Amino acid sequence: MPAATYSSHGHAADMAPEQPDHHAFDGFQWTAESAKKAAAEIAKYPEGRQASAVMALLDIAQRQVGAQTGTQGWLPIPVIEFVSRELLMPYIRVYEVATFYTMYNLVPVGKYHVQLCGTTPCMLRGSDDVMRVLNEKGIYKGQTTPDGLFTLTEVECLGNCATAPMLQINDDNFECLTAEDTARIIDMLAAGEQPQPGPQNGRHSSEPAGGPTTLTAMVEKNHDYRKEWA
Amino acid sequence: MPKLTVDGIEVEVPQGATVLQACEAAGKEIPRFCYHERLSIAGNCRMCLVEVKPGPPKPQASCALPAADGQEVFTESDMTKKAREGVMEFLLINHPLDCPICDQGGECDLQDQALMYGRGTSRYDENKRAVTEKYMGPIIKTVMTRCIHCTRCVRFAEEVAGVEEIGAVGRGENMQITTYLEKTTTSELSGNVIDLCPVGALTSKPYAFRSRPWETVKTNAIDVMDALGSNVVYHARGPQILRVNPRVNDDVNEEWVSDKGRYGPLGLMKRRLDKPYVRQNGKLRAASWEEAFAAIKAGLSGLSGEQIGAIAGDLVDVESMAALKDLVTALGSSRHECRQDGAKIGGEVASPRGGYLFNTGIAPLETADVVLLVGANVRWEAPLVNTRLRKAVRKGGAKVFAIGPEIDLTYAADWIGEELSTLSKLPKAALEALKKAERPAIIVGQGALSRADGAAVLAAAEALANDIGAISGEWNGFNILHTAAARVGGLDLGFTTPGGIEALAGEAAAGKLKALFLHGADELDPVPFKDLFTIYIGHHGDRGVGHADVILPAASFAEKNGTWVNMEGRVQHSFRAVYPPGDAREDWAILRALSDVLGKTLPYDTYEELRDRIAKDWPHLAVPGLSAPSWSALGISGAGAIGADPLRYPIGDYYLTNPVARASEVMQECAEVILRDEHRVLEAAE
Repeated sequence: MPAATYSSHGHAADMAPEQPDHHAFDGFQWTAESAKKAAAEIAKYPEGRQASAVMALLDIAQRQVGAQTGTQGWLPIPVIEFVSRELLMPYIRVYEVATFYTMYNLVPVGKYHVQLCGTTPCMLRGSDDVMRVLNEKGIYKGQTTPDGLFTLTEVECLGNCATAPMLQINDDNFECLTAEDTARIIDMLAAGEQPQPGPQNGRHSSEPAGGPTTLTAMVEKNHDYRKEWA
Repeated sequence: MPKLTVDGIEVEVPQGATVLQACEAAGKEIPRFCYHERLSIAGNCRMCLVEVKPGPPKPQASCALPAADGQEVFTESDMTKKAREGVMEFLLINHPLDCPICDQGGECDLQDQALMYGRGTSRYDENKRAVTEKYMGPIIKTVMTRCIHCTRCVRFAEEVAGVEEIGAVGRGENMQITTYLEKTTTSELSGNVIDLCPVGALTSKPYAFRSRPWETVKTNAIDVMDALGSNVVYHARGPQILRVNPRVNDDVNEEWVSDKGRYGPLGLMKRRLDKPYVRQNGKLRAASWEEAFAAIKAGLSGLSGEQIGAIAGDLVDVESMAALKDLVTALGSSRHECRQDGAKIGGEVASPRGGYLFNTGIAPLETADVVLLVGANVRWEAPLVNTRLRKAVRKGGAKVFAIGPEIDLTYAADWIGEELSTLSKLPKAALEALKKAERPAIIVGQGALSRADGAAVLAAAEALANDIGAISGEWNGFNILHTAAARVGGLDLGFTTPGGIEALAGEAAAGKLKALFLHGADELDPVPFKDLFTIYIGHHGDRGVGHADVILPAASFAEKNGTWVNMEGRVQHSFRAVYPPGDAREDWAILRALSDVLGKTLPYDTYEELRDRIAKDWPHLAVPGLSAPSWSALGISGAGAIGADPLRYPIGDYYLTNPVARASEVMQECAEVILRDEHRVLEAAE
């Protein structure tokens, strides 16, 4: 797969990209499974308000393209127009949505879409190390690796500040990363294995790293603190 | 009715008014970019911030804030002033300071408001953002770096034009306004976004780098490219009309004008007839006025009155037609005809004025609740009537039924068949809806009336109008949609002959008609008339001159004072913007001089005397505006039945409907690019 060129912000959707060869998707149609999902999304809204389902349908379409191409999927122009027709919307209205949201890819991405958060909390907790490791693995911002496996996008906050730094790879978050964790995760993915998502340092979620510091009595069993507050 | 104070001035505004409107009512000017009276409220430019009490201790966007009882608004407080300076500073961060090379310079909202409400100097020394130009077609030139993202163009395209092709893609700092995939906008009203754009992002491509607004002479005029009578301003420099802008007239064109009205008149500098011509040995040669008049005298000599005919074109003014009618009448003929397309309206078909007018009126059409279109491609025949219909559908929930080949009208229509005979046996749903409607409107297009069975269509439409109660008291729902600016004026003058153009063609074939005046008549089939002694009076060397024996160069609509009557019967005066080129003269003066040569001197020596003469016979044409409606039964008899011929719309190519538009390069390019999708090689530099 050719390396797609991204804009300075690393987001594929910045502005009407020169889409590579989207004519392969002329005549795009739902698969039976996608059609069912799309119908369910449209059914959520009152009759005549089907346009409200545009974001869901674009996502379904992107995932279908992903399944067809063995990647994380993207939205070629014929697919955007297909969704417009499904929802009786003018093309430009759907195109506006597709270019506005960063989770819609307007150029092809790899099998693994690696999104690195570089916002302040992640940066303070070492996202630069993560970026360095990714670069060492040949994964560069705004590019897809020549083997078509990884596409790296630098993104703004994804809401994992308490478990920074983090990577979002496809639909999973990998948190509390060190350089070693990052290397391990990338290597496992490259080898076709599935690393365990979530915090990589043994935390269950975003609880304090050294165990709870407050409400310690609640760890084992339910405890009524109200008497102690009197 | 909320009562509030603006800078201490108490004002009372209607329920639902905004603070911005209240400020205007108090005589305070509020700067704005995104807010526009005729578009929905966006509230995204923030330039209209004012201080409002009670409310949060921060400035508020007055365009989007409803006026409420007891509010105190401060438009000159320190908070307001600081807010405006801040917004302006942010707007200017990414706006190039290229006013000297910007076509908007001198009529730019940003320029003016930066001067009035901005800081004196810039504190910004970072890099500015730059945006690539977007292709939007032959009319709109884009310099998108100048865009401040007010989205007026996006809202206009969606709400007024009904062609959703312009949008904002990307987000935040990367937001850009573009047409979908940089295709040409296909609206007939796209030029209006040029006027709407408060900065120089969307400017007029044909007008690019032509002049500054203070260099042109502005003349109030009436657009003749369609029968709406849009109020426009011609901007002229020297002999040339550089551009046409709309004037506000809420009863007619609001503040829009069609692309043809805007760029058609650019054809006035091309293919002009600037001297008289006389045909000698089968070839036209330039001649003097005396020679031309002598040739006419020779050509008409020995002919009796009824052997001389006259056909008036679609662009001519009332005064010219009156003078021609007087001349032909003085020659003893009644063979004068203005219905070039053979429409069966007016004259002997249906004499009351209501029989050929758009009786509902253009503005009141917005309030119609059920509309029936009969062979009318409203979008092409009168784009600004279509916007009114679209408003009726969007805002009033009107239901539109249509008879004719299916087209995209920009709103939903129920197509109930292509055959005109449907008119007398409407489907139950349509008939019931029309009967139940409080303000039903039937709109009959020229495509339905210019057929052989046109009179039958007119009779059926009248019968239907009576059947559904479309004509009652204040409301008259019987409408004829016109395409020719001169038509209603011509019918008012009685510039008709029994049998219309077909009768004239028949007489020509039978050798009864021997000579013909073509007064700017370029839209008729020349074949039946090709052997007649033909005198062409007009301004463009178009279809009409092909078989002419004498050509008299006349002034165009922009080169004379004149009166036009629009399709609803509104009398409007237009003024001379430039002088006719070369030897061309005003039509009435040509006819007056010719009458002298022919020994039938017309009784007026000045334009004013001609107007007095018109006022005497047709008093309503002397008073600008609408005269009282004159409706009575049309009394059509012996119309026969409606035939089964397929219905065809009269306009095949929206951009090239008259000689002036055909001479306009912009209109030619629009026709190529928009209608036929043939793209010329893109201009490299633009």
